[in-house]
Amino acid sequence: MAEGPTMGSVFDVGGDTGEIRSYTMNFGPQHPAAHGVLRLVMEMEGETVIRIDPHIGLLHRATEKLAESKPFNHSIGYMDRLDYVSMMCNEHAYVRAIEQLVGVTPPERALWIRTMFDEVTRILNHLMWIGSNALDLGAMAVFLYAFREREELMDCYEAVSGTRMHATYYRPGGVYRDLPGKMIQYKESPWHKGKDLKRMNAWREGSMLDFLDAFSADFQHRVDDYEELLTDNRIWKQRTVDIGIVSPEQAMAWGMSGPMLRASGIEWDLRKKQPYAKYSEVDFDIPVGTRGDCYDRYLVRVAEMRQSALIIRQCVDWLRRNPGPVMIENYKVAPPKREDMKESMEALIHWFKLFTEGFSVPAGETYAAVEAPKGEFGCYMISDGANKPFRVHLRAPSFAHLASINEITRGHMLPDVVAMVGTYDLVFGEVDR
Amino acid sequence: MSQPTAQQLAEQLRARFGGRIDNVDVSHAQTTIEVPPAYLVEVCTALRDEAEFRFAQLTDLCGVDFLMFGEDEWKGSQTATATGFSRGVTGEAGPGRFDWSHHPEHPQFLRRFASVVHLLSFEHNVRLRVRSFAPEDALPVLPTLTGIWPAADWYEREAFDLYGIIYEGHPDLRRILTDYGFVGHPFRKDFPLIGNVEVRYDPDAGRVVYEPVTSVTPRVTVARVVREDSRWKTAREESADDWKDN
Repeated sequence: MAEGPTMGSVFDVGGDTGEIRSYTMNFGPQHPAAHGVLRLVMEMEGETVIRIDPHIGLLHRATEKLAESKPFNHSIGYMDRLDYVSMMCNEHAYVRAIEQLVGVTPPERALWIRTMFDEVTRILNHLMWIGSNALDLGAMAVFLYAFREREELMDCYEAVSGTRMHATYYRPGGVYRDLPGKMIQYKESPWHKGKDLKRMNAWREGSMLDFLDAFSADFQHRVDDYEELLTDNRIWKQRTVDIGIVSPEQAMAWGMSGPMLRASGIEWDLRKKQPYAKYSEVDFDIPVGTRGDCYDRYLVRVAEMRQSALIIRQCVDWLRRNPGPVMIENYKVAPPKREDMKESMEALIHWFKLFTEGFSVPAGETYAAVEAPKGEFGCYMISDGANKPFRVHLRAPSFAHLASINEITRGHMLPDVVAMVGTYDLVFGEVDR
Repeated sequence: MSQPTAQQLAEQLRARFGGRIDNVDVSHAQTTIEVPPAYLVEVCTALRDEAEFRFAQLTDLCGVDFLMFGEDEWKGSQTATATGFSRGVTGEAGPGRFDWSHHPEHPQFLRRFASVVHLLSFEHNVRLRVRSFAPEDALPVLPTLTGIWPAADWYEREAFDLYGIIYEGHPDLRRILTDYGFVGHPFRKDFPLIGNVEVRYDPDAGRVVYEPVTSVTPRVTVARVVREDSRWKTAREESADDWKDN
């Protein structure tokens, strides 16, 4: 594993024939285009790939086994660390599985908040993807623009949960707390002051909902910026059009989901087909591709960002009009208010029991899936009636996608493998779990 | 396209496969069938191809170890106040949580290893869970599904790696998640959470060496297992079916 990029055997240009023998080439795990810790062992013939054998597991942390040894509510934080660029969607699958087994339904406002933050997360993920994929294929600038917007959304994560990435915001029975009335602001520093600071804080004068409203209204123009840089860019099209074509049959057979499936022309989105949270009440379209190549997957993801911004606006609108509880009042599953804990003995006992022992979940099994930005993120949970899960299996979209790489990229050139690894939108936190 | 409910799907499956499937169960609006390994490939092929099912996608496959299902490794919940208690599992069976020779006693699950498949039908918008128990605990063998859904390839490698389930006929059954040269199957319930070996760089030998675990004490912090507290009983009495269907 500590080997650098080495070649098993190099060109054999000597001899009478001057033929090039096929050789084996190692890619990663330390490589900027490896998206973390992917190691590919490639059999090459010249520049053409004959066979790819991905070696994964370098980031394996046994999340599922760790979850078996802890009360249900202690493992939510681990979920953030699976697909660490779409944190809250992972939590969503996990808490939904618990909620199904326990048989509780969160209050309506919590469901709207979850819908909104799922879409914030989708934009976060796609921004990361568009930036890093463009970087892989040689376009530096997109990354800088994408991360400018990512920063704003991460501030929303921070505003609701206190952390910028690993939020642990969704809890069984609702969300951790209601949306903040005041958006966090930039503070004066030697680098940002005066007019500059005022401009940076322009959207941040009101609540977080005001901020998100302004952001999502403006966001369509930001997406225009990315498209300006890429959509008609000749180099971008040369690198992506007709590269890594996935037929609809292949997409279904290889367990693909999300943009990978939709770019191949299959109109399938769990938010529409098996709605959860409040997706049945918001209005949005499913972008679908036609050719199933890297370029279509780019277009699908860009269109999804626009749709997500529209969903966020609808959620903001509802959330502004409808205050209410964000957590169920079943104190066996959800903690009572912290203020109550100071005065009420009952509440104190509930707190103590809940955070030391957790809650027991009726025996049974369930599979809860959400449409995460990368595809279907599922949580298969078996409970034997204890306060810890008997078995948790996390169905990660990237894992299924990466499994198909040998079939999809066989016969492509070496640089196309990089385009393909980028378009899969891999995150090794969830591939290796 | 028609979208059958979980109950309708269960009836369709019963009518179509009859004796070939052991058990059809509907809970939480999800259908589960149990298929003996001998019929697994046949049933799955029919599930993929026949018009009333059309499960075009294998969404997920995972191994499960049913050892100690419904039992607690944490003893002393009754005597805790009298004698004090340790939050660690003191291992009577060594550093592991369970003994190798221990066999499950739960009547529902007589065998240890199962492979659980989740199928999805795009056409009918319905999911199905297919469970298959390996007949032998000592050497769990199941037929591979790679011939039906290529997506099974890596999932079966994962289940082999983590649980040691051998998928007969799999074209390339190698370890996938654990380290090169790893020994054992870490997700088995009798595999200790802290592992058996640890790794460090040995400056004298000039290479990375594997040694028995010493840096972590064999102690798993496990909260007390609470089971069947009264509110579930009350809830069940109050509404016999209602809460289950959520």
